[in-house]
Amino acid sequence: MPLIELKHVVGGYGGAPILNGVNIAIEKSDIGVIVGPNGAGKSTTLKAIFGLLKVTGGTIEFGGEDIANSLPDRLVPKGLSFVPQEKNVFTSMTVEENLEMGAFTRKDDYSETMTWVYEMFPVLAEKRRQPAGELSGGQRQMVAMGRALMSRPSLLMLDEPSAGLSPRYVIEIFETIQRVNQEGVGILMVEQNARQALAFASKGFVLAQGQNRFTGTGPELIADPEVAKSFLGG
Amino acid sequence: MDELIFFINRVLISGTVLGSIYALGAIGVTLIFGILRFAHFAHGDMMTMGAFIAFVLATALAAMGIILPLPMAFVVMPVAMVLTAFIALGIDKGFYAPLRARGAKPVTLLIASIGVTLMIQGLIRLIFGSGTKSVFVAGESKDIFRFDMSWAGGSRPINITEPQLIMFVVTALIVVALHFFLTRSRLGKAMRAMADNADLAQVSGINTALVVRVTWVIAGSLACVAGTMLALDVALMPDLAFNIVLPIFAAAIVGGLGHAYGAIVGGFLIAFAETLAVFNWTAVLRPLNAVLPDGMALPANLALVPTEYKLTVAFVILVITLLVRPTGIFKGASS
Repeated sequence: MPLIELKHVVGGYGGAPILNGVNIAIEKSDIGVIVGPNGAGKSTTLKAIFGLLKVTGGTIEFGGEDIANSLPDRLVPKGLSFVPQEKNVFTSMTVEENLEMGAFTRKDDYSETMTWVYEMFPVLAEKRRQPAGELSGGQRQMVAMGRALMSRPSLLMLDEPSAGLSPRYVIEIFETIQRVNQEGVGILMVEQNARQALAFASKGFVLAQGQNRFTGTGPELIADPEVAKSFLGG
Repeated sequence: MDELIFFINRVLISGTVLGSIYALGAIGVTLIFGILRFAHFAHGDMMTMGAFIAFVLATALAAMGIILPLPMAFVVMPVAMVLTAFIALGIDKGFYAPLRARGAKPVTLLIASIGVTLMIQGLIRLIFGSGTKSVFVAGESKDIFRFDMSWAGGSRPINITEPQLIMFVVTALIVVALHFFLTRSRLGKAMRAMADNADLAQVSGINTALVVRVTWVIAGSLACVAGTMLALDVALMPDLAFNIVLPIFAAAIVGGLGHAYGAIVGGFLIAFAETLAVFNWTAVLRPLNAVLPDGMALPANLALVPTEYKLTVAFVILVITLLVRPTGIFKGASS
C-alpha cells in the first residue's frame, strides 16, 4: 500500500476545476517530483492534499485513510508536512521558535527532533537565536524545511524548494532533501528545475492542464524524448 | 523643591496612570489586529463593560455586608475579568466570526465593531442609566497616601491614591506576565506566529481557532482591568472608555500594530505627551520670576495645549509617526 495515493483528483478554488484527474502514488522510500508547465496544477496538487483548496472528485488516501478536504491541524499530527514556496518562515521569530512552531501539534518531548534538525542543518544551530527574517534565502529555506520536519512527518511536501536560490544553494537543498529521504521520510515535491530534480526522483509526474501526462522514474522521464522535447526544454 | 513635587504629582503620577490605562487597552487592540487583521473599534466599550461588571459584582458583595480593606471593585476584578473575557468570546462568536467565515474585508469588520460599540453603550445606558456613578460602594472612600517631603525641604506632600498605587502594581504584573506568555509558552508563541504569518501558522498545524479564542480572552480581560482601573481613578459612566478609544488606537499604531510591546511603549508615550502638553509649566518655572527683569512675569498659565484639546496631542504624535516611521516604533504588522 502506498504512503499516499491520489486517484483521479478533481478540485479548485471554486469555479472551474484546476485539477482534472491527478493520479499520484508515493511510497515511504520515494522521492516524488512533480514537473510541468506553468498553470499545470503542480502546486495546486500539493495544496489539495493539504486541504488548502476544495477537492470535488476522486480520492486522496494517506496511510490507507481518506484525507480529502481535511485541514492542516488534523493532517500534521497524521504525519503530513508542507513547506510552501513563499513566506515560509515566521520572519519576526527566532530560528528556534520557528522550529518549535513546527512541533505545535506534538504533545511529547520534541527536543530530540530538534537536535536531529540541527544536525541536518548545522548552520541553523549557529543562528538559533536570530530572527528568521535576517537569514539569507537559502538559510530561510532550511528553516522552513526544519520547521516542517519538527512534526516528524512520514511525508514531506515541498513547493518549489529551489525557487529563487543561487545554484550553489539549489544543489545543497536537493542534497538535503535526499538525505531527509534516506532518514525515512517520503518526499513529494514540485520543481521548476525539472531536469535537476528528476535526476534523483524515484517517481516523476509530468502534469499538464491538471492531468498526468507522463509517469515514470525520474531518469526514465529524462530519457523519454517526448518528455524532454515538450517539458524539459529539449 | 515644591515645584518638583508638583511636577511629580501632576506629570509623573498622572502620566503613569493614564499610560497604564492606554497600554492595557492598546495591548488588546494590537493583539486583535495582529491576529484578526481588523481595528476593533468597540474595544473602549469592552473596557467600560468590564468596569460595569466589576461595579455590579462589588455592589452585590457590599450588599452582602462584606467589608474589605481594599476597594471592592478591585477585589472582584478577577471574576469580572473572566466574565468580560466570556462576553468578548460571545461577541466574537455572534458578530465577528460569521463575517470572517464569509471572508468579509477588514473594513466590514471595523464597521461591525462600531455597531457593537453602539450596542454595548446602549445596553449599559438602558440598564444603568446615563449618569455618573462611583465604583466605591458601601461608603468606601478613595484613600490617598501622602508622602511627606519635608525631609527634602518640600512643604507639600507627594499624593498618590490607593487605586493609582494598585494600578501601577497590576499593570507591571500584567506586562511581565504577558511577556512570559508571549516568549515562553506554546500558545503565546503560536499567537506571535499567527500575527507574523497566519497562512504559515495554519500550515504548521497550529490550531488557529484556539489562538483566536485566546486572543479574545486576553484582550477582554485586560480591557476589564483597564476599565475598572479607570473607573476607580475617575468615575464610572457609560462613555467612560469610549472617550479614550482614539488615543488607545493611536498608542497601538505608534507602537507598531500587532506588536504587544509596542502597544505598551505607545501607551505610555501618548499618555506622557498628553500630560506634559496640558501641564501648566508656570507652576514649575515660577522661581524664574525672581530673576526676570521688573515688569516682566511669567503668564499665569503656560500649558502648551488647553486641557480640553488634550486629545489632539495623540493625533499629532500619530501623524508624525505615520509620516516618519509608518510601521510604528516597533516594526508593526501593517499600517
